[in-house]
Amino acid sequence: MSAAWPRSRGKRVLLVIAILVALLIAASVGSWLWFKLNPVEIVEPPPGVLALLTQPIPDGPIADLVRRGRYLTIAGDCMSCHTRAGGQPFAGGLGLQTPFGTIYSSNITGDGDYGIGGWTPAQFYRVLHDGRSKTLGRLYPAMPYPHFTVVSRADSDAMLAFLKSVPAEHYNPPANRLPFPLDIRLVMIGWNLLNFSPHGFKADPRQSAEWNRGAYLVRGPGHCGACHTQKTVLGAEKSDKALQGAVIENRFAPDLTGNPRTGLGRWSAADIFEYLRTGRNQHAGAVGQMAEVVTYSTSLLSDADLNAIVTYLKSLPASPDTASGAPSAAAMRAGHAIFFDACTACHLVEAKGQPRMFPPLGGSAVAQQRDPTGLIGLILGGGRTAPTLARPSFQTMPSFAWKLDDQQIADVASYVRNSWGNRASPVSAKQVATIRSKLDLRQPLGRGD
Amino acid sequence: MAQAMPKVDVVLVGFGWTGAILAQQLCDAGLSVLALERAAARSTPVNWATTFDQDELRYMWRHHLFQNVKYSTLTFRNNIHQSALPMRHLGSFLPGTGVGGAGIHWNGQIWRWLESDFKLKSHNEARYGKQATAGLTLQDMPVSYQELEPYYDMFDKTCGTSGQAGNLSGAKQTGGNPFEAPRSAPYPTPPLPMTYGPKLFEQAAASMGLHPFPHPAGNLSQEYTNPLGMQLGKCTFCGFCEKFGCGNYSKASPQTTLIPYILTKPNFELRTESEVLKVERTPDGRHATGVTYIDSAGIEHFQPADIVALTAYQLHNVHLMLVSGIGQPYDPATGQGHVGKNYCYQTMGSVDVFFDDKLLNPFIGAGALASVIDDYNGDNFDHSGLGFIGGAYIAGMVTGARPIEMVRVPDGVPKWGLEWKHAAKKYFLRAMGLSVHGSSYPQAGNYLDLDPTYKDQFGRPMLRMTFDFPPNDLKMSQYCTDRAAEIARNMGASSVHAKPRKGPYDITHYQTTHNVGGTMMGESPADSVVNKYSQSWNVANLFVTGAGLYPQNPGYNPTGTLAALAYLTADAIKTKYVKAAGQPLVAA
Amino acid sequence: MLALSAAVSGAAAAEALSGHDGLLGGPSETLTNTLPWRDGLADAPEAASAGNWRYLNGAEVGFLTAAVDRLIPADPTGPSASEAGVVVFLDRQLAGDYGNGAHFYLQGPWQKGDTTQGYQSRFTPAQFYRHAISAIGQAVGKSDNGKVFKDLSADRQDALLKQMETGDLKLDGPITSKAFFTMFLQNVLEGYFSDPIYGGNKGGAAWAMIGFPGAHYDYSEWVTAYNQRIPVPMVGLRGRLAWSRS
Repeated sequence: MSAAWPRSRGKRVLLVIAILVALLIAASVGSWLWFKLNPVEIVEPPPGVLALLTQPIPDGPIADLVRRGRYLTIAGDCMSCHTRAGGQPFAGGLGLQTPFGTIYSSNITGDGDYGIGGWTPAQFYRVLHDGRSKTLGRLYPAMPYPHFTVVSRADSDAMLAFLKSVPAEHYNPPANRLPFPLDIRLVMIGWNLLNFSPHGFKADPRQSAEWNRGAYLVRGPGHCGACHTQKTVLGAEKSDKALQGAVIENRFAPDLTGNPRTGLGRWSAADIFEYLRTGRNQHAGAVGQMAEVVTYSTSLLSDADLNAIVTYLKSLPASPDTASGAPSAAAMRAGHAIFFDACTACHLVEAKGQPRMFPPLGGSAVAQQRDPTGLIGLILGGGRTAPTLARPSFQTMPSFAWKLDDQQIADVASYVRNSWGNRASPVSAKQVATIRSKLDLRQPLGRGD
Repeated sequence: MAQAMPKVDVVLVGFGWTGAILAQQLCDAGLSVLALERAAARSTPVNWATTFDQDELRYMWRHHLFQNVKYSTLTFRNNIHQSALPMRHLGSFLPGTGVGGAGIHWNGQIWRWLESDFKLKSHNEARYGKQATAGLTLQDMPVSYQELEPYYDMFDKTCGTSGQAGNLSGAKQTGGNPFEAPRSAPYPTPPLPMTYGPKLFEQAAASMGLHPFPHPAGNLSQEYTNPLGMQLGKCTFCGFCEKFGCGNYSKASPQTTLIPYILTKPNFELRTESEVLKVERTPDGRHATGVTYIDSAGIEHFQPADIVALTAYQLHNVHLMLVSGIGQPYDPATGQGHVGKNYCYQTMGSVDVFFDDKLLNPFIGAGALASVIDDYNGDNFDHSGLGFIGGAYIAGMVTGARPIEMVRVPDGVPKWGLEWKHAAKKYFLRAMGLSVHGSSYPQAGNYLDLDPTYKDQFGRPMLRMTFDFPPNDLKMSQYCTDRAAEIARNMGASSVHAKPRKGPYDITHYQTTHNVGGTMMGESPADSVVNKYSQSWNVANLFVTGAGLYPQNPGYNPTGTLAALAYLTADAIKTKYVKAAGQPLVAA
Repeated sequence: MLALSAAVSGAAAAEALSGHDGLLGGPSETLTNTLPWRDGLADAPEAASAGNWRYLNGAEVGFLTAAVDRLIPADPTGPSASEAGVVVFLDRQLAGDYGNGAHFYLQGPWQKGDTTQGYQSRFTPAQFYRHAISAIGQAVGKSDNGKVFKDLSADRQDALLKQMETGDLKLDGPITSKAFFTMFLQNVLEGYFSDPIYGGNKGGAAWAMIGFPGAHYDYSEWVTAYNQRIPVPMVGLRGRLAWSRS
């Protein structure tokens, strides 16, 4: 427990209440802000990222430690958040949009002034384990320390050794753009009190070593729940809905449980392995944020670790079945016409698809998520399959924003969600309009002849 | 003063098929490679997506993916007695521009030359006597089919070519091209299924004792993953392939087979909107120091490199050689010099075939969807007494039916008015064309040089093309088109309109984008611009790829062979040149 | 995550792309790792605008309407060129990139040239039409007692068009009637048969007449359906009526 924490029980209750009220106000302000925020920047992966993550590390006194650290930072996909456009890998400065405002990732290269060059292993471990930074103080959970808290001290030391070995950049990321009172890091005391207690990884002795390794990777460095688990109003993960899927950044991170319709129930262990290794399998391709996770993280993990992740994921009990409602006959008619004319180019007639190229849509979990946000976003904006070293192709679903209006996208989405054995709630034009606006995508050309 | 850039091992000038092949091969060998591309980065979902690719006006007629002559053109005349004038609008040929080059809008027709095509001059003179080649400046290639075969095979495996082998290591295969040279491996994917028009051609040709086979296609019959892990889908026969990009990743292109792989390499960079103006050399002229290029902001840069490779389109490679002063320009008056010599084209005839009782549905098509015969190509038939050498493949080919281009009406119907309208309605679904894809052989007056009058946007003299069809090729086209018309009549057609190629060459009407020659390869500096490894005889660290290497053009689409030659060049750089940097790989 | 903030850039990115036709349109970029992709990025076509004439004047509209309907006359088999919107198409094309010569080399010096050397005018297509139609008007005025083309009989109009096709109609000025006719007939066919998005081929009527299904992409089910009607409804880039509920 932190030293700043009041010793008297009465004062503690008052403080918690005050923080809670402040947070609730901030949450609503933050949600409003979220709609108003402009893109921070357009980001392409910087030059040399893959090389930094994959080129052999030359022998030296601490080479093994650095190699192990690099592997763990890959498992944690640290690069993706801690790299901005045009910057050095790990030099930070990427604006992360959260419901509460924009948080900029920090510089974790070895720079002495702005990076972690002067940090001790203990200081670094405190970030991962407690969410407390030597320079910044209490971190916001945009840095997923509630996951990293299980990372062992040895692993933490290795990661620090690797980060100190990468090219340092003398760069100070911008200050966060958060509304009062969230801009005061002390409010995180309350958040942590409610949502977080530092802990290590506790192996489940009833499970295999492989399962436990998978659990460590998924819950710990992999921080899968950061996207795939629904959040409370305060931004903490709902532990009873772990990995059941969640809206994230105008997309939907799908259900990873054994649910056969929305989760991984229909995927074999080999399917999941192939997806994480190559970015694609016979059911789906990794697009959007997951594409980055695959390209820069999972595709570079060892076979043993991927198998461990697969074993753990396959053990997750199915989420409850939530499908409700059915689209109107008019929606299905229009949806069929659009699908037949505009979607069969890749997904082919009856959506049989071309496995590993263009997903078959009958039985598709992506199509049937309880929340259609991901499907709508995919049709509107398009989506690129993760390029990986094994499969460098980046087949891309093209954007339909210019071509289809909100009702047409709603109807084709409803059709896809309720054809070929699929079953999921219908999609409304209003839902499409909202996402079109959030993604800042253009309006369509207008009605055809 | 040009800004100096960090030095690289290899700078590529242009990033289409051969640039991508060199980049992949040389990056894998550990060399640092920079590709300079004069136009934009382009990709499937952004520039030719399935959502808007099927647009005949924009892509074909408004040249959306083609070289824009407003910024880059040449001058043209039929013979040295005329004044060459600028090609002010694209017509006869449609070069590409931007990343992927013409590899985006090509048909995907993947051919190998016949063994005799590599020894064209000596082969024909041995069989028909010296008089057979009189008036033609033919030349043998310095490489043989056998030397090139492994590289042909590499290109097939890169593309996933769909086809039926006719000759596997000497063993003839049923259903394939019986005239083809031995292949070391079958095609990676089975042939495309035939639509009705090609099927009728196949049946008619077979009934006449000819040897029809499915055209080898870079439009894939099934999903394919190439040795680099690049994936292609199966063709859906949209009919917007030739002159269009492929929206669903089923046509082999630099983007679908190589570029994403190359981009995973840390030793590769691609710089767009960067047009190379000149190859720079040391004061003695024997060694290239790099290239000067200008970016879209108008800023000039000097890019140093240990190896310079001209990997642009044939016309641009020749132009760069000339404006850089490398090699001796060809002079038709004296016959001296080789840069710009032996410019050749392709001699295209055709036959329109009309049916009253058959629905061909020609809108179902693909760039290389055809049944084809090779009986009248190259030296596959006896030319004794015919008065010409060379030949053509004849293809019952349906690439689609884009109606602005492909509303066909029978001979004698006017080009407009009610009679035209009725014929257009009647025959749109009931007509097809046979392609008579003929060889183009060089004559002394056909060449490329620098124009004395017109300058390009950078102040350099424009390239000047002087070209007309040699009598040999016109005779060939007449003969082979007659053969095609015989097949057409055997297809049960109600009318047939044979259109052999007639002179003079006209730069306004689309024929084909197969411009070749001008940087030909040969045995010695006395007969050519580069050696068998595409290495300049004059500047040992300069390599030139593409169809400019051909001393003449056989009756095949050029991409298969120029790709194979690029693999050969890459192999020579990797295994020979790096051990003898700055040295000629063939003694002059 | 690199993709996060990229997700909201579609409209701006698409805007930056429009007008770029592949040469000297954008900044020089050094690319590693990947080719550019962002949500919403699409070099989508621009549709012809609605409303009044953008380029043509009244006299030009009169000439073109009459002339295009002799090239493709009305009858029960399908619409005439003007009914299909071809004059609107021509107007929008001449007002836009095509008319402005965006893909023509128009620098001097200019010479007449041989027919095999093609277009040698210094005019943009828009200027070319303006000069040619004016010169045709003068020539017709002289040959037909001061009448204008649109008021002549259909037979007389056909006769004049045939004279243009062969070049026998002599025009004052640098443009030959044959050169104009060649460009004009090509542009009329373009308007009649291009996607309805560009203002011609209204309702896809010209495609319907000849049996072209338009912008459909997947015919894999019908490759070997020999000698049959293919049950694929006609569709344009903007879709078809069945895409909308009504």
